[in-house]
Amino acid sequence: MNVTATPALPLGDDALILSHRLGEWAGRAPVLEEEVALANIALDLLGQARVLLSLAGDEDELAFLREERQFRNLQLVEQPNGDFAHTIARQLYFSTYQELLFEHLAAGESELAPLAAKAVKEVAYHRDHAHQWTLRLGDGTDESHARMQHALDALWRFTGELFEPVEGLEAAPWPTLHDTWTTRITSTLEQATLTVPEGPQRGGWAAGAGRQGLHTEPFGRLLAEMQHLHRSHPGATW
Amino acid sequence: MTTPRPAETLASATEATPQPTDWPLWEVFVRSRRGLSHTHAGSLHAPDAEMALRNARDLYTRRSEGVSIWVVPSAQVTASSPDEKDAFFEPAGDKPYRHPTFYEIPDGVHHL
Repeated sequence: MNVTATPALPLGDDALILSHRLGEWAGRAPVLEEEVALANIALDLLGQARVLLSLAGDEDELAFLREERQFRNLQLVEQPNGDFAHTIARQLYFSTYQELLFEHLAAGESELAPLAAKAVKEVAYHRDHAHQWTLRLGDGTDESHARMQHALDALWRFTGELFEPVEGLEAAPWPTLHDTWTTRITSTLEQATLTVPEGPQRGGWAAGAGRQGLHTEPFGRLLAEMQHLHRSHPGATW
Repeated sequence: MTTPRPAETLASATEATPQPTDWPLWEVFVRSRRGLSHTHAGSLHAPDAEMALRNARDLYTRRSEGVSIWVVPSAQVTASSPDEKDAFFEPAGDKPYRHPTFYEIPDGVHHL
């Protein structure tokens, strides 16, 4: 497999894996309208993944024939869907990050700039969707508030990894992106009557080495399901 | 203290859990990029106007840019009654003075 060393690979993996997780919601969303919204976001992300992975090699080979240790996605995006609040918390953390990163890339002149310029509009919508649901769950009933807070707390330790410099993008203003991210998340959570989680985002206690190919346990099962058909019938066209 | 019977337990559980059907119905009107007026596109359920707009965007516009969406709670729409159709809509064809058809429309006037 020919893989070009490019930041498109880790960013493409983020989009591919989160898209797969959102696809698992098909037929299981709380209401029909939300079903459509989640599928929409999944489709946007899959579209981004296809463009990004194509910059690194053959998109199908990259998606279906790499082993777990070769994937460069963030540990955040491989986390299981959990309840609806977990899915929304994961989306809020990730979309806010992705929007900031793509805004930065769109303003540059790298090979990623055209894709980032197109995707940033999609991602702004994803972030808005997660923002809206965070407000409603956080400021909804006692039950929805508790669940949303629990989801935010549970996923917090995966957020430090978001701002570890991506290979090939070391020049991006990572600390500034982190500050802006924290400001935006804090603003949304305060508006939603929620508390910004405490605890370190980095270090021994925190999680996150997905960019180095170290993943959490649920990721293996995700790959097994995603790659099953391709591995059973190698070389088939469809 | 008595143990609630299954039927009562079920009833209280139903009360405590709002059903998706509690989401009111909204009517959606869309004006396409080159369209002149908003056209009724369909309806959907949403918890409030903001979510109704976002759902309408997903369901009815496929996010085309330059479109305008209106959402209206269905309960706010008052419709004419089919029974009163005749009195409401019967055109007064024998009263030509009711129809402004005797004017030449200048070339510069569009969409009249």
